[in-house]
Amino acid sequence: MTDAATLFGLCAAALVGIGVYALVVNPQPLRKIVAFNVIGNGVFVLFGVIARRGGVLEWGGDPVPQALLITGLVVAFSATALAVALLLRLAHETGSATLAADAPEAARSDAGAGDA
Amino acid sequence: MTITPGGLLLVLAVMVPFVGVLTAFTLGGRNAQRVAMVTIVAGLAVAIAIAAAMAQSGGALVYLLGGWAPPLGIALRADGLSLVMLLAVAVVILGIGVYARADFGTPAGVREARAPLVFWTLLLAIWGSLNLVFVSGDLFTLYVALELLTFAAVPLVSLDGRGETLRAALRYLLYALLGSVFYLLGAVLMYGAYGTLDIALLGERIRPEPATLAAAALMTAGLLAKTALFPLHLWLPPAHAGAPAAASAVLSGLVIKGSWFLVVRLWLDVLPGVVTLEAAQLLAALGAGAILVGNVVALRQERLKLLVAYSTVAQIGYLFLMFPLAFGAAAAGLDASGAVTGGMLQAISHATAKAAMFMAAGLIYLALGHDRIAGLAGVARALPVSVLTFAVAGVALMGLPPSGAYVAKKLFFDAAAGTGQWWWELVLDAGGLLTASYVVLVLAHALRRADAPIAPRKPVSRMAGGAALALALCSLALGFVANGAFSLDALSSALTVADLGSSILLLVGGAMLAAGLGHSLPSVPAVDAAVAIFRPLRRATVAVGAMLVRVDGVLRQWPVASLALLALTIAFGAAMIAGG
Repeated sequence: MTDAATLFGLCAAALVGIGVYALVVNPQPLRKIVAFNVIGNGVFVLFGVIARRGGVLEWGGDPVPQALLITGLVVAFSATALAVALLLRLAHETGSATLAADAPEAARSDAGAGDA
Repeated sequence: MTITPGGLLLVLAVMVPFVGVLTAFTLGGRNAQRVAMVTIVAGLAVAIAIAAAMAQSGGALVYLLGGWAPPLGIALRADGLSLVMLLAVAVVILGIGVYARADFGTPAGVREARAPLVFWTLLLAIWGSLNLVFVSGDLFTLYVALELLTFAAVPLVSLDGRGETLRAALRYLLYALLGSVFYLLGAVLMYGAYGTLDIALLGERIRPEPATLAAAALMTAGLLAKTALFPLHLWLPPAHAGAPAAASAVLSGLVIKGSWFLVVRLWLDVLPGVVTLEAAQLLAALGAGAILVGNVVALRQERLKLLVAYSTVAQIGYLFLMFPLAFGAAAAGLDASGAVTGGMLQAISHATAKAAMFMAAGLIYLALGHDRIAGLAGVARALPVSVLTFAVAGVALMGLPPSGAYVAKKLFFDAAAGTGQWWWELVLDAGGLLTASYVVLVLAHALRRADAPIAPRKPVSRMAGGAALALALCSLALGFVANGAFSLDALSSALTVADLGSSILLLVGGAMLAAGLGHSLPSVPAVDAAVAIFRPLRRATVAVGAMLVRVDGVLRQWPVASLALLALTIAFGAAMIAGG
């Protein structure tokens, strides 16, 4: 059983690592949203492992993390829904779905720096 | 642990705004605003009732949900820190509510629109979530409260539905999600190590061991991303500058205080046995970076709302200066230290002053149809109340007496002198000088005579102007309130010649800095002459300013900011190991 817990723990760590990597590297917002979900799943797996291992009451499992997990899933789902809705609206308004509109603005304030 | 008398009030503090949200959403249209106003009055009454109950019992209020005690159940708790924030938020929400009647009101005969409905419901949702952050006694409930806060705040950014603001909202949401997943991972590790998420129980059980250090580093870094502490501020300027004025006031004045408050809660109540002075110094060093870069970049802005947004980036830095200063007094118990009182005062005084400043900027934008700083000439004559509001809020932000920020600064100075950390005094002084410089710059433009008198494009509501001025005056008068409430004598020396001299010195120094670094200087003979004489010097200072603007631009790239988050997590872990 310890082995299973370790295995699942390593899986959780791998999921978090993959998700963080994708979130940093991928410029597309949709991929970032998916990456966020991958990290979230890693955290949830870890919580599951803790529930399985933790059984304070010798029940073979701790019920508290499971209750929290369900809440966590709902929160992650709402976050994803909100992000996708924003992304759809952005694509609809501007015809593109990128986050990289900040660079020109910074360049503009640089260009204006030498005046006065 | 049992339920204390008045404990039910804590449930009401959370429930009243959310009942308002549901009612406003159900009744919809022009009723939303009425529901919001009724809810704001009711919520303010609840906050005052909590204050009365706490004054009567002389201690913290506790409520156990369903009568189940932690570790199985969930407790709501309110101590002095919670109470101060509950009251301050209620007052600021009231001010914003009165102000927003002009922007988001639906008078009879006007067709109902979507934006007002969304604004009023989300305003109440933000309030309810903030109250939940202030009274939660459990790390997971705090996670849910923070997520609710983010979900309510993000749509406010893109209320007008333009592509630019939608992009700002999406950046904000994605970065905040990265922060909150770090926080959740930390909370899960805490549960794995100690079998509870209750703050009081964790505070007793916690030991400096690897899992705890990892959890503490992850939670702190995640919360910093949500608070937008430099260098994790990539989302703040576009989001706060792009939102409608009333929404900016909520976002800048209140929303960032939610995650900041949680950092305070963690460091003071959960982690005192784990955090080290090195980690606290790192936190304050980031704050010092925020003060320097935020203020200088604010000075280099062309638009008033972006200037105010960057001023928020800088002011967040002040909020984190309290950690090493409070740490020095740890032996006496962290709560009792003057630095913590100073930090809370700084937070409230920023909440009121910054809300007022954004409101004033919003009214100026409304009247002029633009908010270019170089084009503000004549505004003081057209909109005297708004310019006065900006000036009063600016005075409160730079920490001139008798503002709350002045007392906070005094407390910080005392703590710095008491713990021998003189370098934070330098940061505080430099910050005050830089803040003075952009306030002076804006006022210098606004007070200039225009070639032709300005005719406001739209009539400016007296009520809105009054609400903004009232909040600014609240911030200015906070020093008196704090003096009475904490029986300090910080203000007794405020009117001596030496203090008056240092105030004048601050303004003059600020004006000189503005002349040296400002982006758009007013073209009056005196300024032109000064600039002509000091041209080489100004060229050098402008180069420094431009460099900081470029640094800020690089830091606000997504990959850089998210790598900074990872690096900070590791740095906090290392700082806690190094001292432990």
